Amino acid sequence: MTTPLADVASSDATLRAFLHGLPGVDRVGADQRAAMLGTRSVKATAKAEAVDLAIRMVDLTTLEGADTPGKVRAMCAKAVHPDPSDPSVPKVAAVCVYPDLVALAVDALAGSGVKVASVATAFPSGRSSLDVKVADTALAVAAGADEIDMVIDRGAFLSGDYAKVFEEIAAIKAACARPGDGHDAHLKVILETGELATYDNVRRASWLAMLAGADFIKTSTGKVQPAATPPVTLIMLEAVRDFLAATGRKVGVKPAGGIRTTKDAIKMLVLVNETVGEGWLDPDWFRLGASTLLNDLLMQRQKMATGRYAGPDYFTLD
Amino acid sequence: MTDAEQPGTARADEAPSGRRSSAQGRAEKPGAGKRRIEDAGKAGPGGRSQESARLAARLAVRKTYKLYIGGAFPRSESGRSYAVASSEGEFLANASKASRKDARDAVVAARKAFGGWSGATAYNRGQILYRIAEMLESRRAQFAAELADTGAERPGEVVDAAVDRLVWYAGWSDKIASVAGAANPVAGPYLNLSSPEPTGVVAVVAPDEPLLGLVSVIAPVIVTGNTCVVVASERAPLPSITLAEVLATSDLPGGVVNVLTGSVKELAPWLAAHMDVNAVDLTGVADADLAAECERAAAENLKRVLRPSVPDWSADPGVRRMTAFLETKTVWHPTGV
Repeated sequence: MTTPLADVASSDATLRAFLHGLPGVDRVGADQRAAMLGTRSVKATAKAEAVDLAIRMVDLTTLEGADTPGKVRAMCAKAVHPDPSDPSVPKVAAVCVYPDLVALAVDALAGSGVKVASVATAFPSGRSSLDVKVADTALAVAAGADEIDMVIDRGAFLSGDYAKVFEEIAAIKAACARPGDGHDAHLKVILETGELATYDNVRRASWLAMLAGADFIKTSTGKVQPAATPPVTLIMLEAVRDFLAATGRKVGVKPAGGIRTTKDAIKMLVLVNETVGEGWLDPDWFRLGASTLLNDLLMQRQKMATGRYAGPDYFTLD
Repeated sequence: MTDAEQPGTARADEAPSGRRSSAQGRAEKPGAGKRRIEDAGKAGPGGRSQESARLAARLAVRKTYKLYIGGAFPRSESGRSYAVASSEGEFLANASKASRKDARDAVVAARKAFGGWSGATAYNRGQILYRIAEMLESRRAQFAAELADTGAERPGEVVDAAVDRLVWYAGWSDKIASVAGAANPVAGPYLNLSSPEPTGVVAVVAPDEPLLGLVSVIAPVIVTGNTCVVVASERAPLPSITLAEVLATSDLPGGVVNVLTGSVKELAPWLAAHMDVNAVDLTGVADADLAAECERAAAENLKRVLRPSVPDWSADPGVRRMTAFLETKTVWHPTGV
């Protein structure tokens, strides 16, 4: 790295030079390392702990056009008591909804400790003007969202207009501020890795987002396949590790989309532990964006508690 | 179809004394080929010997008996297998020894298949059962040879009976609703209809009667729209996997029937306790203590349990095996006043 990090964003040219100066990703090596770490066997008490940790890391998500206030209320109730028959099940980290439903979720979760996250910035495509994106974010922040999940402009990124992406992220970061109470909303930046085409782009987008002020980098919207694959998560974790070493600032990671089973979730936790270490094995620094994963985690938990395989009939649908 | 086309009879020709004495199965493969060559040498002078030598010079291509889960033939997740012997105690093949995780995967596959299969029309299900009978008939000689190894007395007749049993159940698909359901006379202005509905995923422990018994427990479960996980006979599992090959080529959607081979004692309690299984058929559980344990486990989520006394498989089965896995749904529909 020839340019000091503080000056990287001073011009489009320095930003481009920095991002293209990042070492390339060995695709085969990344795939193999992620696959190899996926073969780790986590059993018995370690598995019980991993399942509870994964539950605490879940961002319980509903991002459908058909979301109703009733559905969001039901999901909030589930976030606080994932399994009503078992009070020892921990709460999830957050619920994630569209901006217009934030106020409802904040109301439903008041005092529970579960955070409210909101997607913003013309989610999921991000195809709108900066003004609209900022207004979208401001709506969610004003409604009381603790976390904002923004999408980057993949079109600008892929055409090489890194400065535009950088400025957008910085503008949204500014919109997340709450000058009054000093409690700013956390900014998660969605890279939508399924549309970035190469692992090199994933690494560049991760650095770009972190340089622009992201508190979290998130793989996907969940609307594009492939979503949170293990190799992509691995590359983002490496970027976060290297960013901490370079700047001293710690950034969180959130794989989202396509994580449906306990096995997938535990593979992610193994990736975290082996890449960035235990410091990230905490809901403050690692999240799992999912909607159906929670039920599978609960079924595994029940299986370990009762000794018989659990059935989905005994859990809520969403 | 001539006898020469039948895989079973062809094999009997190629190694007159070899089939029983030569070891079979994957584990024995390298050695087994050699032994067959020696057998051929012993067969004596003349054209017959040359023919045998020519056949024996080929490498033996033996079937690996695997599980049948979700329309595919995977090995056991555990990697285990067990040796299967003929009724005379000779080694036949290694069969997969399913673990509880294979049982779990099979239940997932059966649950996934349930929506489509129970939603298919009765007519369609009947056609597919009839198709299974056709496929079974076309493999008659192969089944007869496998049944002979298990010690069946008149294997050809057993295969015939199994085909007939499938055809018999196939005919029931669009008739059972009329027999088990009813238009009920009620005291009010309602049209009141009861109709039998499939109960869901059924775990079946198949009896020790390799083909006729197996067909007689699978057909009544699936003809009404249930899906099933079958634990095959522990002593004679090979015909059940060959039957799975028939099922896989009969337009039966994957996952409607899943076949596990292995220890009944190990698998049955897990299936009986599984909260996503709706009914259990304990026909093949010979051990009374194990059956009682399974019944207790099944009570946890109120599974339907069928535990008949040892049935006579050649007798007319009646509708009892079908109705055991049906639940009656009654609809009250107001009529115009």
